[in-house]
Amino acid sequence: MIGPMLAEALQALASNRMRTFLTTLGMVIGVGAVIVMLAVGSGAQRSIRESISAMGSNLFIVLAGSASSGGVRLGGGNAATLTLADAEAIDEQPSVRATAPLVYGSAQLVHGAYNWGTQVYGTTPGYLEVRNWGLLAGTMFGDSDVRSAGRVAVIGTTVAAQLFGAEDPVGGTLRINGSPYTVLGLLAPKGQSFDGRDQDDTVLVPITTAQRKLFGSSFRGSLRMIMVQSVAADAMAQTELEVTSLLLERHRIGPGQAPDFSMRNLTAVAETAAATARIMSLLLGAIASISLIVGGIGIMNIMLVSVTERTREIGIRVAIGARPQDVRLQFLLESVALALLGGAVGVLLGVIGSELIRRLADIPVEVSGGSVLLAFAVSASVGVFFGWYPARKAARLQPIEALRHH
Amino acid sequence: MTAALIRVEDLAKDYPTAAGPYPALHGVNLEIGAGEFVAIMGPSGSGKSTFMNLLGCLDAPTRGRYWLAGQDVARLPTDALAQIRNRQLGFVFQGFNLLQRSSVADNVALPLVYARVARAQRRIRARELLAQVGLERYAESLPSRISGGQQQRVAIARALVNRPRVVLADEPTGNLDSHTSEEIMALFARLNRDQGITLVLVTHEPDIAAWAGRVIRFHDGALAEDRRQLPRPVSSLSLSPESPRPAREQVA
Repeated sequence: MIGPMLAEALQALASNRMRTFLTTLGMVIGVGAVIVMLAVGSGAQRSIRESISAMGSNLFIVLAGSASSGGVRLGGGNAATLTLADAEAIDEQPSVRATAPLVYGSAQLVHGAYNWGTQVYGTTPGYLEVRNWGLLAGTMFGDSDVRSAGRVAVIGTTVAAQLFGAEDPVGGTLRINGSPYTVLGLLAPKGQSFDGRDQDDTVLVPITTAQRKLFGSSFRGSLRMIMVQSVAADAMAQTELEVTSLLLERHRIGPGQAPDFSMRNLTAVAETAAATARIMSLLLGAIASISLIVGGIGIMNIMLVSVTERTREIGIRVAIGARPQDVRLQFLLESVALALLGGAVGVLLGVIGSELIRRLADIPVEVSGGSVLLAFAVSASVGVFFGWYPARKAARLQPIEALRHH
Repeated sequence: MTAALIRVEDLAKDYPTAAGPYPALHGVNLEIGAGEFVAIMGPSGSGKSTFMNLLGCLDAPTRGRYWLAGQDVARLPTDALAQIRNRQLGFVFQGFNLLQRSSVADNVALPLVYARVARAQRRIRARELLAQVGLERYAESLPSRISGGQQQRVAIARALVNRPRVVLADEPTGNLDSHTSEEIMALFARLNRDQGITLVLVTHEPDIAAWAGRVIRFHDGALAEDRRQLPRPVSSLSLSPESPRPAREQVA
């Protein structure tokens, strides 16, 4: 039954190509827009997910308090309130998996004929663990380098490219603010952080080296921040409590007094960004779906015209034995075929459009199989939903009146 | 009681109008036996079309009863009526009423689609019927490519494809020239004589009614005359697939 009816539906669509084309155009645009919007949305979500996992999971940062001199407060991280001993004490808390003390500042790097300005981070070997970061080549500096404040460095791929070019940087030497450092390792590329910084444009040196030799004047014995990784996502609250009370106690800050440090949940910030991206992509998809409704109304309109035009044909079919449900099925098949045709072309255009956006606008896009399936399912539903009323109208025609129709 | 193929008792139809119900057909009593060839005549407004619509199960009577092959069909639900139209009845119309987008063969096979006959059988049966009306070689043509007389022969093949008990023809020659009308009537007469197909045919023209063995005349919604006659003998008019000739009226 479906077979010959489907053939007739396609025949009917093929017999009026211009009308079929214009009617499906609404669906084409609607489905195409939905596909592109979902692709842009899920591309944004994916890049944020990647940034989060690149940043490291379940992270806090503990910032040193703000220094003030002559009434000018310099902002968090500038007062000499956090020490390596604080970091070691935090590391011993039960809900803490790893810590990494940090001092950092700008420095000028030189290798051969090249020079490059970047941020240099002083930290401990635990930093890689906290940041969920690996090495492309060589090794991380060890605890002995930290104890001896050795002039060794691990560099990011951007720095390697700027200073060493095609040359293998591991084992090479670079000058930081004039002093020579041996490059022990090359960090694996990490890409952009979710706030857009190039995370590979970095140099790591032992914390002690940074404190005593590199930024000696500003950080003698003190830290800018401590990165703290919790053992698990559901231990974050526990970690925050433990670290706060530990530091309050160590710094002898009584109740009512302002603490000389602050603690931030980085993962929460990132998750907020991810949630924002999710809402954005939902919003984009919702706006695009409005055009699907418009496309559906176009189909309904043309099906109503078609039922009127083919009243006599319906009369003939009923006279030779078509039941109302046969007539209804025939017109429903036609509207679903129309919608699916538009959907298929729309998916094609959507995929092409997404690819163009990726190439021309350099925005991360991701066309998922799910969104293509969804587009087809929605097209079919639009066909059934908007075809229902015209099909019912056709099925309810009285055969005598239909046969009399010219 | 004899097994009349069609029996109607006090069959009546009122049409609603602004001035109250208008009786198009007063109580009609009639029997038509299997194998009869009946011509129904009468001026327009005499009730003959209303009567045909009732016989064709296209309309429900206001009053009265109708047995088709022993089955009371006057008040069946819609789907059951559709099945009766499909299996028991064949229709031939004045305007041929072929589907213009479908091929001749597909037109002939259409009732089989609604009878849920498989594709292969549909094709075989459609070819068989087209052979009977001498149009095999136009099977894949569109109806608009063949002449009016040929289109009406296709419509006759379609009416017969599901082996109906009765073929109802409503002015089947009304759109055809006299020569082609002769051919169509000869085809009807042969189908009636050779295959015993029961025919009920509405016409204005006495020439056409002359082919029937029985003439029923309606007047003012009632039976005015019911007489048997010697039908015009079936001549040796052959069914040549004549050269395509445009029909006098093309129906979209």
